Amino acid sequence: MSHLLAVDVGWGTTLAVKTVIVLGIVPLTALLLGYIFLLKMMSHMQSRLGPMDPGGFHGWYQLIGDGIKFLQKEDIMPEEADRRVFALAPAVVVMSTFLVFVVIPAGPRMVVASLDSGPKVFDGVGVFYALAVSSLSVIGVLMAGWASSNKFALIGALRAAAQLIAYELPLVLAVVGVVVQAGTMSLQGIVSFQQNGEIFGWGGVGFPLILTQFVGFGLFMVATQAELTQPPFDMPVAESELVAGYMVEYTGFRFLFFFIGEFGTAFAFSALAATLFLGGWSIPWVHGTAADVLGPVVLVTKVLLVAFLMFWARFTYPRFREDQLQAIAWKWLIPIALLNILATGVLKVAF
Amino acid sequence: MKREIKGMLTGLGVTFKTMTQRAVTVQYPHEREDPAPRARGVIALKEENCTVCMLCARQCPDWCIYIEGHKEQRPPRREGAKPRNVSVLDRFDIDYALCMYCGICVEVCPFDALFWSPEYEYSEPRIAELLHDKDKLGEWMDTVPEPEPLEQGAEVKGKK
Repeated sequence: MSHLLAVDVGWGTTLAVKTVIVLGIVPLTALLLGYIFLLKMMSHMQSRLGPMDPGGFHGWYQLIGDGIKFLQKEDIMPEEADRRVFALAPAVVVMSTFLVFVVIPAGPRMVVASLDSGPKVFDGVGVFYALAVSSLSVIGVLMAGWASSNKFALIGALRAAAQLIAYELPLVLAVVGVVVQAGTMSLQGIVSFQQNGEIFGWGGVGFPLILTQFVGFGLFMVATQAELTQPPFDMPVAESELVAGYMVEYTGFRFLFFFIGEFGTAFAFSALAATLFLGGWSIPWVHGTAADVLGPVVLVTKVLLVAFLMFWARFTYPRFREDQLQAIAWKWLIPIALLNILATGVLKVAF
Repeated sequence: MKREIKGMLTGLGVTFKTMTQRAVTVQYPHEREDPAPRARGVIALKEENCTVCMLCARQCPDWCIYIEGHKEQRPPRREGAKPRNVSVLDRFDIDYALCMYCGICVEVCPFDALFWSPEYEYSEPRIAELLHDKDKLGEWMDTVPEPEPLEQGAEVKGKK
């Protein structure tokens, strides 16, 4: 960042600027995904228009207005709630979203902290860090469910915990294939591997890892869907049976936090998938300043592409039963992921 | 397993195809659909046909029709006959806040005094104003469409 600004500023100022940017970007991405996919794409997939009037042009103001509405609402807390935990839970959920954005590179130098300068044995821990902090949200969910003193909230939270833990494994194992092939855990390293790679000596499109890791990509998308507790994996927040699961007692801006967390995490996971499998911010043969400028645009384009797949499945499928959900994770996704790692390792050594 | 995967892909195809097609929504205040000619919008009253027989008020499941009337003596039609007793309508109100648009009153009226009109834009800010009196119900008569032409071989019946 400080290179881009071309001024020498102290680390405190840099940190403050970076924090403000991340704090601003997460709600913005949540709004972007919420508007494009939740309001508009879902509506058209159901042969309706969605909001059309707010803001004048196709209801672009609807979600912002909803956000303002949430800020005005009374902050209700159940009498028997564990007050501190109840108040802290949404912040924990949103925090895990914010922390993922720290390592996602949007350009050759545009990253809050790439975490590449650690001990050289690891050669960067970006992937590890991103996957680790993204699963922090389960703690927030459990806190919310427990502190609400509501049986629906508790059931929802326990379902969420069971589901998030079950799908954490395929998520991590799906990424291992990429890490093995690129030979690095640094996200910048994986991006540059894809940008400068060659397919049998031809480097026209670089070497997006989805070409060889398509199995991993599929697993990653399915596991992501479950991590976001989106349909078809929305047992924890099933409206028709649990009202809204662990969110049932939340109102006002705390509920807004959960909403931002949900869509911000959707964006973060899409960005992670785009970085790992589609080459992130990179276009082959574009380096230097051009890449600095084009990087964010390319990244957002790829993220929207991935998010489209994610939300497409979300708006198409009905909910899985709890046992089906666990069976898919343990009986299918994890064995397939292990086979994928094995095949990737063998081929890596062979070529 | 093959069947399930085929089903899931078909599902994705359906949603994608629907997304590319035009939405069926009509943006109501900006554009409006013409209701079907026999749409049950509002009930109109043709006052001169009404004999204050109260059949509609008694059949109404919601009891939303209020009728009051009195008898008047009119001169006889023929010379030397008894004067006629005629029922005169004083009040005929339909409370559209209660009406459930079942149409039984229209069906049951023996003298064709009630008609369906397709007009539907008569919402009010105050609920009491949904009580339409007989003048207002009479105004709706202008919006009652001509009856549909009868099917071939049907008995000629029903007039506006």
